Amino acid sequence: MLLNASGCLDALLAPEVARSLDGFVTKTITPEAREGNPPVRIAETEAGMLNSIGLANPGRDRFLTEVLPRLRGLGVPLWVSVGGFSVHDYAETCAALEDVTIELNLSCPNVDEAPEGAAAIVAACRAATALPLYAKLSPAAWDIAEHARAVEAAGADGLSLVNTLRGLALDASLRPKLGTGGGGYSGPALKPVALAAVYACARAVELPIVGMGGVTSGIDALELIAAGASEFALGTILFSDPEAPTRIRSELAAEASSRNLGHPLDARCLAHSSLQMTVS
Amino acid sequence: MRRELRRVTGSEQVGPYTLLRIERGALDAGIPGQFFMLEAPGRLLPRPMSLCLEAASELAFLIDPIGPGTRALCALETGDELHVLGPRGNGFKLDVPRPLLVGGGIGVAPLPYLSARLGRPPAILGFRSTWHAEAAALIPNAEVCIEPTYVTALLPDEAVDILACGPEPMLAALRALVPDAQLAWEAPMACGYGACYGCAVEIDGELRRLCVEGPVLAGAAT
Repeated sequence: MLLNASGCLDALLAPEVARSLDGFVTKTITPEAREGNPPVRIAETEAGMLNSIGLANPGRDRFLTEVLPRLRGLGVPLWVSVGGFSVHDYAETCAALEDVTIELNLSCPNVDEAPEGAAAIVAACRAATALPLYAKLSPAAWDIAEHARAVEAAGADGLSLVNTLRGLALDASLRPKLGTGGGGYSGPALKPVALAAVYACARAVELPIVGMGGVTSGIDALELIAAGASEFALGTILFSDPEAPTRIRSELAAEASSRNLGHPLDARCLAHSSLQMTVS
Repeated sequence: MRRELRRVTGSEQVGPYTLLRIERGALDAGIPGQFFMLEAPGRLLPRPMSLCLEAASELAFLIDPIGPGTRALCALETGDELHVLGPRGNGFKLDVPRPLLVGGGIGVAPLPYLSARLGRPPAILGFRSTWHAEAAALIPNAEVCIEPTYVTALLPDEAVDILACGPEPMLAALRALVPDAQLAWEAPMACGYGACYGCAVEIDGELRRLCVEGPVLAGAAT
């Protein structure tokens, strides 16, 4: 299954891009409307890009009454990215949603995090909804597998790995390029980080994993699957190539068949097999 | 939302700038002030460029090599290929009775096409040096000033309909003098089609996406 990474596509402005995905993930919704961070908000770097958007969104009520009905009209399965600044924020939004998959944004590098831990947020959301609940984790954790086990125990149905990493870029006058100083680092540089996170979490938990981070081609997607992802998402590549979903889908099929795999998902966890053999 | 692969048909120096010509194919030239996302070879993100000139078989973009992306675009040679997405955004409103084009520096880029579409109206152009002012040759009926003289010193007394593109201080000064001027703004942009939210500027007191609401605005952005 091929998704967009949250915040990397406006499905209402580019419906044909959204329809080329197996599911559309919204920008993160918070209880109150947010304008987002002051400009400058993006900066290209040598091997990726930084963003400091700051969860700009219309707020929960306007999302539910104005945006969500129009998104449903697209005919694409919807994933709603839920954010907040307290356990209560997350749980309340989850309780207001129906007929979507929920991705809990537990790791935006551009806003202050809820003081409670990821597991507490997942537990509260689990109590608030029966909808599928994916926990999007930060790759900045020293031991991401520990976080994965904690959110699994708290009732998560899946993991989204990974969010951006915090980064900083300076201009010629040696001042930050972004209005807020640092921002979230994405693009090709993130791929090894995403692979390591997916690999570690796939060994730690039984949950399905949406892999994302620096996917620009079919082989990138197949590598994420081999590391343990069951689905994958496209982020930064959508900015330069709106047709990336169609291209990468066909590249992925070709990469799989060139390895005598009947289906790309037959590669799932292949990266673990030699290690397991060594251990046993 | 389709990118098209286009071949470079020529590239020439205009003062410090490069006029990059690409084959047009079936690309729509769009409305003056709209922009195209041009693939910058070797870079992660494309660069937004307003159309400078159109011909039956070519589109041309005036590019200032100020960073790695624009330098990569200026280094393209005849026969090279690049992906192009556009036209995007909102251009100038052309149904104005007394058009006066105002441009500053690389902000003159959309004015040649705008001038052609409006029937060669008068123009006022400002540059930081005579070298930069070589770009004025692309725009007919232009009066040129060089710093420390600014375009605002050359504005006529009578009422005119200003269509302008240039550095932010120039646009802000024009807006202060002529509140309903049509101004083409600029912001770093990753996608050009509303996906990244990176090009937010303050419009009517709210942060909004310049690629969706602009880049041409009636005086409102800061």
